[in-house]
Order: sequence, then structure tokens, then C-alpha cells
Amino acid sequence: MLRISCPWCGPRDETEFGYGGQAHLKRPDNPEALDDAAWAEFLFLRDNPEGPFVERWVHSHGCRRWFNAVRDTKTDRVIATYRPDETPPEAAKMVLKGQEGGR
Amino acid sequence: MAQRATNLFSLARQALSHHRNWPRLWAAAEPRRHYQAIIIGAGGHGLATAYYLVREHGLSDVAVIERGWVGGGNTGRNTTIVRSNYLWDESAHLYEHSLKLWEGLTRELDYNVMFSQRGVLNLAHTVHDVREAKRRVNANRLNGIDAEFLDRDGVKAVCPGLDVSPTRRFPILGATWQKRGGVARHDAVAWGFARAASRLGVDVIENCPVEGFLIDNGVCKGVRTGKGEITADKVGIVVAGQSSVLAGMAGFRLPVTSHPLQAMVSEPIKPVVPCVVMSGQVHAYVSQSDKGELVLGAGIDRRNGYGQRGSFPVLEQEAAALLELFPAFSRLRLMRSWGGTVDTCPDASPIIGRTPIDNLFINCGWGTGGFKSTPGSGWVFAHTLATGQPHPLNAPFSLDRFTSGALIDEHGAAGVAH
Amino acid sequence: MSTDLFRIPPELASPLEDIDRAHPVAFRFDGKRLRGRAGDTLASALLANGVHLVGRGIKYHRPRGIVAAGAEEPNALVQVGQGTRGEPNLKATQVALFDNLSAAPVNVWPSLKFDALAANELLSPLMVAGFYYKTFKEGPASWWDRVYEPLIRRAAGWGKAPPGPDPDTYEHTHAHCDVLVIGAGPAGLSAAKAAAESGARVMVLEDDARPGGHLLARPRRVDGRPGHQWAAETAAALAAHPEVRLLTRTTALGVYATAHVTAVERLTDHLGPGAPGPRQRLWHIRAGRIVLASGAHERPLVFADNDRPGIMLAGAVGTYVHRYGVLPGRRAVILTNNDSAYETALALLDGGGSVVAVLDTRREPSGPLVEAVRARGVPIRAGYGITGTTGRGRVKRVWISPLAEDLSPRIAETTLDCDLVAVSGGFSPVVHLWSQGQGKLAWDDRQACFVPDPARPAVEPISVAGAANGCFELAEILAQGANAGAEAARAAGFTAKATTPPGVEAPPATPPAPIWLVPSDKPPGEGVGKHFVDLQNDTTAADIALAAREGMTSVELMKRYTLAGFGTDQGKTGNINALAILAHELGKPIPEVGTTTFRPPYTPLTFGAMAGRQVGALFAPERVTPMHDRHRARGAVFEDVGPWKRARYYPEGGEDMDAAVARECRAARQAVAVLDASTLGKIEVEGPDAAAFLDRVYTNTLSTLGVGRIRYGLMLNDDGRLMDDGTVTRLGEDRYLLTTTTGGAATVMDWLEELHQTEWPELDLHLTSVTDRWAVAQVAGPKARDLLAELAPDMDLSAQALPFMRFVEGTVAGLPARVFRISFTGELSFEVAVPWSVGGALWDALFKAGGKHGLTPFGTEAMHVLRAEKGFIIVGQETDGSVTPLDLGLDWALGKKKGDYIGRRSLARADLARDDRKHLVGLLTEDPGEVLEEGAQLVDDPDQAPPMTMVGHVTSSYMSPTLERSIALALVARGRQRMGQTVHAPLADGRVVKATIVDPVFYDKEGKRRDG
Repeated sequence: MLRISCPWCGPRDETEFGYGGQAHLKRPDNPEALDDAAWAEFLFLRDNPEGPFVERWVHSHGCRRWFNAVRDTKTDRVIATYRPDETPPEAAKMVLKGQEGGR
Repeated sequence: MAQRATNLFSLARQALSHHRNWPRLWAAAEPRRHYQAIIIGAGGHGLATAYYLVREHGLSDVAVIERGWVGGGNTGRNTTIVRSNYLWDESAHLYEHSLKLWEGLTRELDYNVMFSQRGVLNLAHTVHDVREAKRRVNANRLNGIDAEFLDRDGVKAVCPGLDVSPTRRFPILGATWQKRGGVARHDAVAWGFARAASRLGVDVIENCPVEGFLIDNGVCKGVRTGKGEITADKVGIVVAGQSSVLAGMAGFRLPVTSHPLQAMVSEPIKPVVPCVVMSGQVHAYVSQSDKGELVLGAGIDRRNGYGQRGSFPVLEQEAAALLELFPAFSRLRLMRSWGGTVDTCPDASPIIGRTPIDNLFINCGWGTGGFKSTPGSGWVFAHTLATGQPHPLNAPFSLDRFTSGALIDEHGAAGVAH
Repeated sequence: MSTDLFRIPPELASPLEDIDRAHPVAFRFDGKRLRGRAGDTLASALLANGVHLVGRGIKYHRPRGIVAAGAEEPNALVQVGQGTRGEPNLKATQVALFDNLSAAPVNVWPSLKFDALAANELLSPLMVAGFYYKTFKEGPASWWDRVYEPLIRRAAGWGKAPPGPDPDTYEHTHAHCDVLVIGAGPAGLSAAKAAAESGARVMVLEDDARPGGHLLARPRRVDGRPGHQWAAETAAALAAHPEVRLLTRTTALGVYATAHVTAVERLTDHLGPGAPGPRQRLWHIRAGRIVLASGAHERPLVFADNDRPGIMLAGAVGTYVHRYGVLPGRRAVILTNNDSAYETALALLDGGGSVVAVLDTRREPSGPLVEAVRARGVPIRAGYGITGTTGRGRVKRVWISPLAEDLSPRIAETTLDCDLVAVSGGFSPVVHLWSQGQGKLAWDDRQACFVPDPARPAVEPISVAGAANGCFELAEILAQGANAGAEAARAAGFTAKATTPPGVEAPPATPPAPIWLVPSDKPPGEGVGKHFVDLQNDTTAADIALAAREGMTSVELMKRYTLAGFGTDQGKTGNINALAILAHELGKPIPEVGTTTFRPPYTPLTFGAMAGRQVGALFAPERVTPMHDRHRARGAVFEDVGPWKRARYYPEGGEDMDAAVARECRAARQAVAVLDASTLGKIEVEGPDAAAFLDRVYTNTLSTLGVGRIRYGLMLNDDGRLMDDGTVTRLGEDRYLLTTTTGGAATVMDWLEELHQTEWPELDLHLTSVTDRWAVAQVAGPKARDLLAELAPDMDLSAQALPFMRFVEGTVAGLPARVFRISFTGELSFEVAVPWSVGGALWDALFKAGGKHGLTPFGTEAMHVLRAEKGFIIVGQETDGSVTPLDLGLDWALGKKKGDYIGRRSLARADLARDDRKHLVGLLTEDPGEVLEEGAQLVDDPDQAPPMTMVGHVTSSYMSPTLERSIALALVARGRQRMGQTVHAPLADGRVVKATIVDPVFYDKEGKRRDG
């Protein structure tokens, strides 16, 4: 059971949280302008790395707020958590850079 | 070496020489420079693909390459349930084709995969469950799949250990019953296919991790491995738990996320659960193995994860669900739990078909339900590789469906997505 | 009853003895009445009574005895207790003896002494590793299901499941600490002491009933005192420390991500049945640092017929002598490859036993222990091994032979008579939890064991000390423990001083000279004897050799093929021997072969403890409305909808469901009826951007909705499928109230919060779930207004003042109320919402006033019928995750002029715009009395052979009391273009029901009644 630090409430058990998958996805401003393939990419294509991953969690049984985390999907080590309105920490930036490069 | 059938007589004959002369189940192989087809991943699906490539499509020159050992991924980690009672026609046809192959597999492979048609109960606990169960039974029936709806007494008759009293938190109102469903010995499936494929000349190459693809102008020409470059006319990826990673190496993305999935077994006890029992409402599935262990599957851990381990509360929930169905099992004991990595698709159905790269094919995204489809999956994937086109059975399971929206959503109707 | 024959006389008792000789304890084993002493385990009590034969092997049903003294026991599985407290597969070595304990052997028939399946031994040449994959396919295919598998299943399994629910309770506890010490042997105690002295919060878990580890069973001196006394004093001091929690009878089971450790505390198992309080407690522990001091398990040596009762681990024999005052045998042969077994020899001699010989596989054993044994006149045969044994039910004689230099057999056998063989093959550190914490192992060639590799540390914060770390010298064990404890405290932010470890007196621990297979005259599998590696699964050295021959070259494959390590002991004693033998067969060094994965739990854990309190009524929270008691009082039948219990119907005077539902429906159509609609989800959205937000999440335009007005709204998911529906009421300029389906409430709330926080945080609004703030009575029927007018004299409920889809606040029955003109039944209908706490009062007031209007309560079933008559959908019944609003004919609810909303783009994709999609239609059966089965599939050609082409299915189907005929809703391909056409429903009983496709609205198409 992971121990995850909610940016507002502090460290809590994983059972208090909901999971939201990849973070920093941007909803297209004008979906009508996208072709089906581009729209499908937004809907369904997600980064799925083995290793550090920038992802979303929600403190469902706590403050009910969403936040972002950097976690190693191989070891389950939670490297950092941060609020959505915060500048991503270095650990997140590195991963995000790599993810974009991989596309 | 003469490849004679295995049976009681061959065992007896071998016993005379103290079993010194058994051949390897599959020949130890080192990669050649080129193959007609390379299958990446020596799990059940991959080995079955190779087997049917030779057996059904006459290829003579096939290799299965595996980063670890045969059957070491989800093939050896699942709860071995086999059934075909899926709601949607596309799934039903695919899984039923697979079930039919299961029914002859022991003989086909000359290896006892211990496919045991003990029957599968999918319990209905609410009025809504009952409606959905009947819908599925009717659809299955008209699709030519054996299916029956049992009322409470019928459930009790099939599985006397279940507590069907109306006072339970989620009382059992009925169940779907597929008599032809059951369980199999998972490792034996991998070994049996490896052995049979090897006898047909397939190279099964263990300890051979893929490190990259040889792609030239959008066409896949082979793979780079820990044992060097190997070229091939066609390459198939069948690597549950690593699909995105391999796709990434080849330069494309998949609508797949990878999650831990845990399973567990109890200590071996005398027979007490005669069939497979599944419940979407309390979220449990349980059967009893030939060894006497209760085999229990949990839900997936919702987070992405490649560590082949999940969180303990998921198992606690599973134990609670078990006791809601079988309150008498409280004093039985968990003996071993383990995890695998499952690749799940947004619609809980697999992807079997072409990739954006020519001559590179993929078979992935089976989520929690891949084992049951092992022979069928290999059969249609072999067809796809051999002909370059999907078989009608797997045509609906293409990557394109995520663009067209023709999803095959098996979340709801499958109950426990399994 | 002759008992205690093998109890050591008090005058020879070890100072370590830990039983209460003054308290005899009566117990039964295999039907025989026996007596032990307080402090015994079942195993020690059996041995004290000379009982060695306690079970049978799984495959060949050879007699088996007690091997070990703890969790590593592979053989002595017993069924303890009876009836619903019966428990299979307990290890006799771990069962604390209590009065009237009743235990029985498992998997023997007809009896332990004469087991019919012992005949399997004759077939053993065929029953080699994996034989079942090669056979059981002879004869017709059906023989597998009918003959072979039933035989296999009958033979498999150990004990039996209890016949009924467990009378005992279990609980869970969560705890946090800075330093968690696992194991309270010398290393653990000294780690805990060092950590506690720093002020850190410390927890110590000990599997045994007493702290002390091997100090409880070996004569040692620590700090000038007997070792066990030092342990007791240290533990007492720790227990008294305010920041320390020391738990005994508590086994650490698993290490999970982010230093989460699970452990089980056995609270009453040692007291016998009926003891008050929970039986077991499962601990969830969060540790800052973990010090693993879990000790080591002794390994047996693998030799021919090494499985007879009376062949035991030497260390266990020492434990029985010292701690329990039991002589497991009077004439012992000792077989060892290291010095530790010499201590056992001394213990046996001191306890009044004799040692026939010590067979040492080493050529030149030496050292103080060896000399001490030699000095007692015991013959020591260096360079010897055992090549065979005999004895039915108990070892009687061993064949011994000198071993050649290269350990090849050199047959010059002689025999020794004995009643006990004590074996030591060295020690394996207990590294399970280290490995679970993702630490790697290194092969220690000197100690011949796998040890935690400091160069490849665990991901979890674990350090290892003592025997678990491959350290077997007591002084060093204490020093390692103290260091690990102090370091852990420092890592947790405390200041820990370096301490001088106490002085010790202990014999030196010499490393073993590894020998993985004691050779016999013939290679394993070729002679008469069997060389067992895994006693529980009857895996032999020959099986492992066969696995290697057949290409099972990975240790994981070998394990799966031979089942070595797959038992309830998880191979604690056998695994290293198994992989060493595999390595030998493959001609590879051991570290290259590696170990299998260590799976949790460390020892088996009851499902009861895992579930804790989450059983029975507490399996899942049950939600009820404030009117629930009223429904019960009326005899309502309930159904589960999500977490809620909803009244499904209210039978009167022996009515069945159909009769009750018909009556309830008629009341709603003809007079007035009331539904408890409190369970519908309710969400308030408040803020300047509430309207903009709702425009984005609903398909409808809600920003244009006037204050006080209500609109039906659809919510899609991003994929364009219908997710939920409900009403939206504009309570004020910046304030909306949404309703959701009962089952979808939590999902919708989560979804809206997610969208607001992660997609559009710039929108200024708040979301509040108010589901259980408002109890709701849905009053429906032509007399609804009359009834409510009576209860709300101050409110104008006329059609002019409060038309359909309008909302007003006021007072109903003296209660503050919101009144909504919404109709899900198609009748004139008011939804009256009052504060949750007074829901019951509203209900009572309605019935007080309603009698003369014929007010009838109606349940969810009648509600479903009434809405189906109107063609209204239920999400989850007419939809299934694939259905779009276009399929349902709800195009009118899709805002055409508004901007983007969730799901809009997806509706434009090829598959969702197909013209042959399934449409919601009505169905009328040819026979008006025939109610189609919900879920019936529809075909055009009923004579087609399967697989048939299905064109749709029945989603809802009822006998309509209003129309006095059956009606159904269905999803049918191109349904809207097929009005008047016939479809067929082939049923399970072989009948085919014909039905005509019609408009889904069966009743009051113009909506006059609801506008009434």
C-alpha cells in the first residue's frame, strides 16, 4: 500500500486516494477542429512508461482535491507530489521532457 | 530423437531407464540470422501463435524470443479461468473459438494441460445483475455458446458451499452458468505449446531480450536483441505487461495502460469448491485447483504499475468478498499471493492486428482475461501474421476501433472483468 | 494413558526449560487421549508422548513425522478443533497446547497407521515430476473429467474446510513507528534497545510467545547472565519503555511499497476456543525504518529415505530438549556438515539420551564443540554420510558409508540402530521480507547461504542484522543488531549513541561444508531409496534432475515443474537444497541459478484476519433513507441499488410482486401514490461560473434556464456514451441543483469535481453533494395536488403558479420544503424535498392526510413500470456503456447552438454516426399476456442456426396495469426505421415470441396528464 503525500493534507495511505492516470494532458481547445485520429489520441492514447511517471491522484477520502505525483511505476517509489497550480518540480520536468520526446 | 507420443506407456518405458532419456520439452535454441516470422514473448499467446503459424499456415522458419523463461509472465500468474460467455458478438465469437480449441488442446499438443470443464458461475446479486445475466445468457445461447441462467436453488445445487441465504449483505439471486467453462493448468499450457512448437521446428529462445526494432522506411525488418540482430519477414509482439514499452521501441503508442493485478491461493484443502465462482457485485472470483488450493483473483490495482506487485488492501477486499460468498472459509488460510502486470484497454477488449509499422503486428491489451483466450488468440494472430490481414474473428479488435469509436465495451457485462 | 514417557526427568532438565511441569494439559491426537504440559506446543507434547508419526506424504503417502520446531515445519500438518472452529493444515510446531485441544492427522485414509494410498509407492517409478502432464489422457476424452481428474482431486489437499461460518472475530489495527524491528532474538532485541534509547518510537514483532530467539533454546551467556535471562530482562525493559511496543505471537507477513508492513497477532489461539475478544489482529504498520532480525532456518541434508518419522533437524531436537524438556529419541544418530549439531549431541546426552554416533560429512571436524562431544565418548565418524534408512512409522536403522573425497558414493555400508536422526546441513537466513522489500541477495560462499546484498539494497528502508544477515556469531549478532537499531533511529532523525555490546559466552559458529546431496549407491531415482528435497510436496532430487533434463533450467521453471517450495511451508527448509541440486545438474554455480521469488505472506494467514470486521452485515456499508423504518413497517421488499436499500414493492395481504406492483401502478394512475426518492443523487453547483460549467458537462444548454425552472439533462462521457441523466433546477442566478441516478451519484460527483479541478480550475464555482441533506417524497397521481394542497396551505401549487418543470420553496406539513414539478411517472407529480432529518415526519404527514385520497406507497418496481409506459429510460437498463443519446432518440436534448460539451466531438465519429445503430423502440408482443424476458435477444430469422444474427435486445419489459397488456422497451438495429415490423425473441425454453416494433411511448403521448 503506497504512502502518498497529499500536497494539502500530508502523507496518507493509498486507500484514501483515487487514481487519475497521466497528468498534464491538455483538453483540446477546439475538438471540432480535430480529425478522428487526433481526437482518438486525446481520448485514449496515454503515456505508459516503466519507470518515472507523472500522474494524477485525488484525495477522495480526504480533502477531495486533485494533485500530481511523480512515481516510479517499476518500484512504486513516490518521488514527488505537487499541486496542479504549482510549477512542476524538477523530477516531474525531467519526466515530462522525456515523455514529449518519446511521442 | 524420435518424437513419440507421451502417455502411460511412454512413462513406463522411460521408468525402466529411470527417466534418464526424456528429451527436453523444447529444444534449447540460439537465434539464427533470419526467420520468416519472429514472435516476441514466449507466453502462452506467443507460443500458440508460433505453433499455429507452422501448423495452420505452413511457415517453416519461426522463432519465439523471450527475455526470461517460458511462461514466466502472466501465463504463469493468472487464475486460469477459461470461459466464452461474453456479451458482445465480437468477443463471444473470439472466445468461443478459443474454448473449442481448449476442448481438444491436450490431444492436439500431446500434453495434458489439465483443462477441466468444471463450469463457471457468474453470480447475480441484484435485480440489475439478473437482467444483465439473462441478457448475456440469451446472447450466448443464440451465438451457439452453452449458457444457462440458474435461480438461487440452481446455484446452490451446483455449488453447495455458497451461502445463498437472503440475509446476506448482497444475497445471491441467481447466476449464469457455463458448463463448458473451467480452469486449466496454466504452466502446462505454455510448456505444451513450447514443446509442440519446438517439435514443429520453431526455435524457442529464452533469455533473449528485445532491445529495439530494425525499421526501415516504415517497414519492420527484424529486431535487435541481447543475442544480436535477427531479421524477419514479419514480427509479432505478444508481451503482456510490456506492450507499451515494446511499442515505444518501435515508435508508436498504444491505448493501453499497465496495472498490477494480484492473485492468491489458499493452503491446499480437500475439494470444497466444485466449479468456478465469479461475482462482479462483491468482486471476487474463486476456483479450486487440482492441488486443492483455492485460487482467488483480486481486482486490478488502479494505479499504473510494472512492479508485478500490488497493494495489500486489494487482497483484504478480496478476502472479504470471498467470505461474503463462503462465510465458512474464514479459518482457511492464504498461502501465497503474487502479482502480474496487465495491459488494459479503454474498452476492456484486446488489440490484435496490424500496427502503424508494416510487417509489425501486435497482440495485447487482454487486461485480466488473456489466459482463457490463449489458443484462440494464437490462432487468429497466426492468421494475421501469415496473411498480413486479420481473420474475421479478430478484425473487430483492431487498433482502428479507437479512432472510429467501434469499441467493444466488455466492462459492464463481463461483471468481474475477467 | 501412558504419557510423558519422553519427558526429561526434572533432575536432568535444562535451565532453559520453559514448560510448567506442575500444570498437565490433556489433549487428543488422532483420537488418542494424551497429556502434555503448559507451555508445550502440540509438537513438543506429541514428542513427549513418543508420537513421531503425525502424517503422510502427499504423493506416496509415506509416514511422516515432526521435523522442525517452528514455522519452517514441512510435515506435521494437522487439523485442529472441530465443527465451525475446525482449522486445517496447522503446523503442530506452531500450535500452543491448551486444555482439551483436539487434533487429527490430515489426508490419511482409512487411518494414519494404515493408509491405503501408501500403495502409490508401488507406482512411484511412474509418478515422477510432471508425470500428470504426460498421462491421464488415455481412453476417451471424457475420462479426464469423469475418471482421472476426480481421482487426482480426491487425493489432493490436506485438511478440510470447516462446515459453517466462523464464530470468531478478527480485527485490523494501524500503527506507525520510527523503527520497526522484526524478530526479538538477540539481534532484534539489541536493535530495539539501541533504537529505543534514542527516543525513537519503536515496534518489535516476535513470532514466538517469548522474545529471545535462539537464546531460548541454546545455553549461552550474555552480559554475565544466562542468555534467556538477558533476553527476558531486555524485553521487559523494552516493554516498559513508553515509546516501545513489543508484540509477541505476532508474525510479520509482508513488506509492501513505502514501508508498509503487515503482521498478524494471534490473540487467543493459545487459549483455546471461546476465549473472549478477537481471535487474531492484523496489523498495518508504517515504519520509518525496518530492521530485519528474522534469524535463520536450519537446512536438512538430502539423503536416501530422509523422510522417516524420527529424522529431524538437529537444531529442532536441541530446542525440544532445552526448551520443552523432551527427548525426541533415546538413541540418536547425528548427521551434520557443521558444528552446530554437536550442541544437539550434548543436549541429548545431558537430557539422559544417548548418541550412537555423530556422522560428519567433513573429513576433519574440529573445534571445542566437537571435542566436547568426543570427550563424552560419542563416536565421531568423519567423512561419513547416511546412505539409507529403515523403520516403519519411525526410523529404526541407518546405513552409513564413508564418502569419497569428491563426495561420490563409496559403498562400504554399515548400519547403526537408532530411534532418532538429527540432521544439520547449515543455515539459511530468513530473507523473505528483505526480498519483498526489493532487496537483492548475494551468495555467501563461506557460509553457503544467500545473504542480503548490501551493494544492492532494498527499495524499502530495510536493514538486516544477525542470522538473517548471515551472521552466526553471538557477539557479532548483538553488535550488528545494536548498530542497525542505532542507524535506523538516526535515519529517522534521532540521536543514537554508539554502545558497547555486552560480553557473551557462546561456542564459535563455524561455517558448514556444503553438501547438497548425500550420495547413495545409485544416483537418485535409480535405487530403492528416495532423496526428498521438499518433504511437503514429495519432491525428490531425482525429480529435480528430471526437470533439468527436460529443459526446466530456470529455477522458477524447476519450481513449477517439481512443486518444490510450493507447499504451506513455502520451502523454508528445502528451497536452497533444491536450487543447489538444480545448479549441480546444470553444472552452474548456485548464484547463477538464483532463487525463486519470496511471495508474501511469510506464514499462512487466515482469510478471517484479512477481512477483519468487513464480514456479514459490515461487508459493505448499507445506506438507508430516513423513511426506511416506515417502509419496513409496511412490509416492503427491498432491493439493492448501489449502496442503498430501496423499497421495491409493498405487498399487502399475501400479494405477490406482480399483484402489488399492479395495485401501486393503478394508485398512481388513478389516485395518488408516493415514492421514496431520497436516494437519487443531488449535487449543488454554486458560483458565478456555475452556468458555464454546466453547459460544458451537460449536453443541454443550462445557462439559458430561468431561475425556478427545471430541465432534464444528459451527461455523456468523453467517448460520447450516455453516462447519467437527471434534472437540473436553477435555484438562483448562480446556483443549480442537479439530480443523478441513485447508483451514479458518487461517480457523477467525482467526475464533476475532476473536471472542475483539473480541466477548468479557472471557473469559479463550488460543488456540494447534498444527497443526504434532502429526503424526497415523489407524490404522483391525479390527486397529488389535492393532497399536497392540504399539507401546504401557504403554497400555491396550482398549474398556473407552479407549472410542469418549475420549482418553489415553501412549507409542507410544517416542514421547510422544496417542491419540484417533475414527473418520472407521466402523472401529475410533485417531488417534495425536506431536510433529511425530518424525512420520516414528511412521510407520516403524507399518510396522515393521504388516507382519504387513497394514498399508496409505491416502490421502485412500480416506478419502473410507470416510466416504461412513458418510454422514459433508466441509465444502466436502457444503456450499457455503448449507447449514445442519438440511439435513444434523445437528439432534442443535445444543445445545437451551444459550444463544446463533454462527448460532443465523439458523437461525430464514424461508428457513432452509423445509420444502422440500435435505436430505442417499444415492443408489443403478439400475445398481450406474454411478458417478454428482460434481456431477451431479438432476431429477424428465428429459424437461423446459431450463431444467429441478433438485431437487438429487450431492455425493459412489464405487464402494464394501465394498458392491461404487456409492453417492452428494446434496442433494435435501425429500430426507428422499422416501426410496425416484427421481430422474434427465441427463448431458452424453445419458444419464439413475436413482437411488433412500436413507438417507445405507450401512454399519454401528448403529456396531458403530467401537465394536469
